[in-house]
Amino acid sequence: MEKGRTRVDLFEYQARDLFAKHGVPVLAGEVIDTPEAARKATERLGGKSVVKAQVKVGGRGKAGGVKLAATPDEAVARATDILGMDIKGHTVHKVMIAETAPEILEEYYVSYLLDRTNRTFLAMASVQGGMDIEEVAEKTPEALAKVPVDSNEGVTIEKAREIVAQAKFPAEVAEKVAEVMVTLWKTFVAEDALLVEVNPLAKVANGDVLALDGKVSLDENADFRQPEHEALEDKAAANPLEAAAKAKGLNYVKLDGEVGIIGNGAGLVMSTLDVVAYAGEKHGNVKPANFLDIGGGASAEVMANGLEIILGDPDVKSVFVNVFGGITACDEVAKGIVQALELLKAKGEDVSKPLVVRLDGNNAELGRKILSDANHPLVQRVDTMDGAADKAAELAAK
Amino acid sequence: MAIFLTKDSKVIVQGMTGATGMKHTKLMLADGTNIVGGVNPRKAGTSVDFDGTEVPVFGSVAEAMEKTGANVTVVFVPPAFAKAAVVEAIDAEIPLAVVITEGIAVHDSAAFWAYAGSKGNKTRIIGPNCPGLITPGQSNAGIIPGDITKPGRIGLVSKSGTLTYQMMYELRDIGFSSAVGIGGDPVIGTTHIDALAAFEADPETDLIVMIGEIGGDAEERAADFIKANVTKPVVGYVAGFTAPEGKTMGHAGAIVSGSSGTAQAKKEALEAAGVKVGKTPSETALLAREALSA
Repeated sequence: MEKGRTRVDLFEYQARDLFAKHGVPVLAGEVIDTPEAARKATERLGGKSVVKAQVKVGGRGKAGGVKLAATPDEAVARATDILGMDIKGHTVHKVMIAETAPEILEEYYVSYLLDRTNRTFLAMASVQGGMDIEEVAEKTPEALAKVPVDSNEGVTIEKAREIVAQAKFPAEVAEKVAEVMVTLWKTFVAEDALLVEVNPLAKVANGDVLALDGKVSLDENADFRQPEHEALEDKAAANPLEAAAKAKGLNYVKLDGEVGIIGNGAGLVMSTLDVVAYAGEKHGNVKPANFLDIGGGASAEVMANGLEIILGDPDVKSVFVNVFGGITACDEVAKGIVQALELLKAKGEDVSKPLVVRLDGNNAELGRKILSDANHPLVQRVDTMDGAADKAAELAAK
Repeated sequence: MAIFLTKDSKVIVQGMTGATGMKHTKLMLADGTNIVGGVNPRKAGTSVDFDGTEVPVFGSVAEAMEKTGANVTVVFVPPAFAKAAVVEAIDAEIPLAVVITEGIAVHDSAAFWAYAGSKGNKTRIIGPNCPGLITPGQSNAGIIPGDITKPGRIGLVSKSGTLTYQMMYELRDIGFSSAVGIGGDPVIGTTHIDALAAFEADPETDLIVMIGEIGGDAEERAADFIKANVTKPVVGYVAGFTAPEGKTMGHAGAIVSGSSGTAQAKKEALEAAGVKVGKTPSETALLAREALSA
C-alpha cells in the first residue's frame, strides 16, 4: 500500500496505444469485448490475427490467454474461448485483436522506472527478454544492464546508445534499439509514467524491432496536466466500495476483516491496522476491514462520507475511529462524528454498528466531553489507541 | 542546539498568501518562529498582518534572502507549481527548503532533486509531502502542532506526520531536541540517514526515535548506517505489518526494491543493528523510556 495510492497500472492495449502515440514501434491492434467483434477486427488486419487476453497479471500465455487465429471465424472462436476466462483470479473482459508478427528471431527487454533508493530514474535493458525479467535479474544479473538517467538531462540518442552498449545488444539491431530507447523515454516523460516496460522487444524476420507486449504505470498525482489519463482507469474492476470512496475523494482500501477503520494520516491509519490485528488475536482473530485516511482536516462532512462508506460494508461488525488531533482540534472531530451520525440517520442509512472512538492530542478533553455529552447509544469512548483497538476487536468478535 | 532549525533560523514562506500558507504562517509565528517574509511575485511589496505581526511579501526567494537574511523556506505552493517553487529556492541557494506540499508528481520531485544535485546540493530539501520539522521552544517550520511537547533530549525522525505527533505526545513529558518529518513520498530530499547523522552529532540529543513505514528500503539502509555510525541509543517503529501487499509494481520495479519493503524485513534489519523496535506506538514509547533510564 503506497501512500496515496497514486499508481495506475494499464492494460496491454492501453500501453500499446501510448507507445504508438510517442513513436515506439508496435503492431496494429484493437480492443474488443464481444466474440463477434473479433471477426471485423481480424478482417481489417487482412484475415488473420493474434487474440490476446487483457489482464493485469503475468503468465497469460501459459494460461491459454494468447491464441493465433488463421481466419476471421477462428478469431471469433478464440475470442469466445478467452473472454470470460479466469487467469490467476483475473476475469478476462476484453481481448486485443492484434496483427500477427513476422517471424520472431530474438526477444529483448527494455524499461524505464523510478529507482527510489537512488532517487533517480533508471533504464534497464537486456538481450534476454521474453521471459520473466525477475528470473533474469536473479540468475544472470550481468545480463541486465541498469543505467541511471538524470531526469533533467533525459535520454538523448547518445545516452540511448550508452544504454544499448552496456546491455551488449548485437550490432545489427543496436541503432534500432537505441531509437526505441529514445521514444520509450518520451513516453515515460510525456505520460508522467512511473514505469514503462517492453517485454518482449522483438527482432523480427525483416530486421525490424517491435514492441510486442508492454506495461505502463501512470502517476495519478500528475492528473492535473494529464486530462486524458482519467479515461484509462479501470473503474469497472475496482471494488464497489473503493470506487464509491474514490468518488468522494477518500483514500480507502478494502481489506477482508471485520473492524472498520477511520483515522487521520496514512502512517497512523497503517499503525491502527496493526494494532487492531494484534488485538484481534485475542478476540476470535478479527482483522481490520479497511484502510481509510480522512486526512488532516476531518470535517463533519468528511467524517460522514467516511462513515457512510464503512457502514455500507457488510463485512464490518464494529468501527474504530482513531484520531490524533494535530492542527485539527479534537472538539471539531467529535462534533464531526456526532453530526455525521445524525446526517446518516437523516439520509435513511442503517446506523446500527458500534463505534469506538479514540481522541488524543489537540483539545482532546473538549472532544471527549462532547462525545460523552452526546451520549450516543452506539458510540463508546476509549482514550488510548491500544485500549480502543481492543474494544473494537471485542465488539467485532461478538 | 537541535538539528537543521534553531531560534536563529530566519524563515520565509513560499505560498504564504494562500489559504493553507496563511493558516500555518500564523501558527508558526505563535510557536515563536522568526518568520521574516513571504514570497509571491504577484503580491510583492505588500505585507500581511498576522495578529499584529507585519510580514512583508517579496517577489522572489532571492529577493527575500537579500533583504532579510532568510535561511529557511517553507513551501506550501500547490502541486502544479511546487517544482518551480523548489527550483527557485535551489537557484537562490537557500540552505534549507521544507516542502510541505502533498501530491507532487514523481517526475517533478525527481526533477528538483536532480536539479539540487547538479547545483552542488547547497539547499537541503526536507519533504515533499511532509509535516516539516520543529525544534520545540525555538522554531517550527511546517505544520507540526507546536503545543504537543516541550524541549527535551529525544531526537525524532519519521516518514509519517500523524505518527510523529503521536510519538511526540506519548513522550511529551520528556521532550524533544528536534522532530523531523521527512515524508512518505517515493522521492524525498532529507532521509532517515541524514537526520540520524545530525542527531548523532547533536550534543543536546541523548536518544533517537526513528519511525518508518512499508515501501522502499530506506529503513534497511538506515539500519546499516546506525550499525556503522551511531553510538546513541536508537528506538524504532515501523507501521504496516498487517498491510497487504500493495498494487504489484511491474516486474521492473520489483527488481529495484528487491524483497525488502515489508515491515517485517525493516524490523529485522533495524534489530540486527541494535535498534529496539516496538510493535505499537505505545510499546515504542515504553522502549524509549527504558533506553533513556538505562
